[in-house]
Amino acid sequence: MTGIAGEIARFDNVGLRYGSDREVLCDVGFTLHAGHFYFLTGASGAGKSSLLRMLYLAQRPSRGMISLFGTDAITLPRHRLPGFRRRIGVVYQDYRLVPHLSAFDNVALPLRVAGIPERDVAQPVRDMLAWVGLADRMGARPATLSGGEQQRVAIARAVIGRPELLVADEPTGNVDPDMAVKLLRLFEALNRLGTTVVVATHDMHLLQKVPGSLIMRLDKGRMSDPTGALRYPPRRGSGQP
Amino acid sequence: MRLDDQGGDQVQIPQRPLAPTGGPPDAAPQDLARGEGRLAGWHAFGSGGEGVLVPQARLSGPTPWVIAIMVTITVIAAATGLALRNIANAAALDLSGGVSVQIIEAQPPIRAAQAQAAQKALLAVPGVVSARVVPQAELDQLLVPWLGMGTGSGDADLVPVPAMIDVALDGAADAGQVEHLRKALRKVAPGARVDAQSHWLAPVFEAMDSLRWLALSMIGLLALALAAAVLLSARSALGTHRQTIEIVHNLGGTDAQIARIFQRSMGMDAALGSLVGLILGQIAVIVLGARFAGLGAGLLTGGALGLLDWAVVALVPVAAVVLAMVTARLSVLAALRKML
Repeated sequence: MTGIAGEIARFDNVGLRYGSDREVLCDVGFTLHAGHFYFLTGASGAGKSSLLRMLYLAQRPSRGMISLFGTDAITLPRHRLPGFRRRIGVVYQDYRLVPHLSAFDNVALPLRVAGIPERDVAQPVRDMLAWVGLADRMGARPATLSGGEQQRVAIARAVIGRPELLVADEPTGNVDPDMAVKLLRLFEALNRLGTTVVVATHDMHLLQKVPGSLIMRLDKGRMSDPTGALRYPPRRGSGQP
Repeated sequence: MRLDDQGGDQVQIPQRPLAPTGGPPDAAPQDLARGEGRLAGWHAFGSGGEGVLVPQARLSGPTPWVIAIMVTITVIAAATGLALRNIANAAALDLSGGVSVQIIEAQPPIRAAQAQAAQKALLAVPGVVSARVVPQAELDQLLVPWLGMGTGSGDADLVPVPAMIDVALDGAADAGQVEHLRKALRKVAPGARVDAQSHWLAPVFEAMDSLRWLALSMIGLLALALAAAVLLSARSALGTHRQTIEIVHNLGGTDAQIARIFQRSMGMDAALGSLVGLILGQIAVIVLGARFAGLGAGLLTGGALGLLDWAVVALVPVAAVVLAMVTARLSVLAALRKML
């Protein structure tokens, strides 16, 4: 279930400060609408990862308001956070796979965390690994997989629970350009099924690979909306950014 | 279709629901992933699933051995405390109705006459079960360690020793009962001295009480030390597995789920350590018990451990496991609360 008029997430005047340093994010405001594909761009150090951390509930802002799935995420009691996190899939630049678990067990992790009975875990995990092209590497440990393979396992893990929102922090940062495009295709396929996708990247070439995507730009902790699409999001299927 | 085979926009997502709600159980026993998962033994979220989220060091790590040492010492301390309690109880039971009467008279004939008269008078007092005049030979034997051979008081020229009457009452020798005996002896043996035997051993009982409290305090301190060791171990494990915890946390794992993983892991370590500690501790207690039994000293023979005592000793490792699990759970929950 999403919030007002299909809102997935809304940031209002959000600021983030680590310790007593200056704010790394300042007066950030935007709305993510259900079913859209967003790119979050900006130079290294612009605050992309910090913003995403707040989006996937790993960090609270120093000020401002964040609404997720129509619920105020700032005042959300701690015991309700896991339920919200299960509606968000996260892909990291450094994959963050559990090193001593096989690809199969890494992908199965969200289902097991969600308490899915074990008999219902195996087939979807196999399907997901086959989908990302790793049907023959199910038993492999992360250390024996290439960067692209590890990222595909991470994507399979992020989407196996069919999240309403997929957040990817520089998912193509550690893979070659061909693999980067292939990974983007996975995100697009998921987006076509209705998942809202947010991909943070500093690679401007990737933006052109996903037609119809919306672009958010962070510059020194401040948000800009170069296409105006954040303020006036197009309807799905209009083909207008 | 594999991702690598896909040319561009034609990526197909699996049609099967990704989050299964009742799909058919997997029936492929040779499947690599399932087989490996089963070998790994998951049990992390209580779903009967597969995989080990936190690898176990087991006996190759220090924690089980620290717990084993703690449990060994605790078992010995607990057994010692129980043995002391048994000794004290047995001695108290033996001596509670015992009264010693000394006929203090320098002249042996008068002393002997008074002793006989006193015995009769004592037997006439209600509550007196027996009154035995301790034979002179027995008294002499008791004095040998202090006075040496040939100094027995049987010889009038040597050290005069009071005649002794060993009185047994049918109840406890309280102050009132002792006073009754004194009154009964006043006419027949004016110089008689009446003492409850338990009164003589009061300092011994007090010393035993102190040792019992010492054993109890040791058990308490060891429990604290065990909790501290577990706390350090849990913190170390938290540090080692921080990334895994963060991953599970971000996937929507609850604090209770994560704490349960560590609690279970620590429980296994504690169970292994406690078992080793219990075996070592029991061996030590049995060997010590055999040594003391070999002494043949009357007071110490009452310290043997009964079935109930062994049951109490057996509770030590159980308590150690519970303490370790609770400590691990609380420390992990405290650390998790620092995360969002």
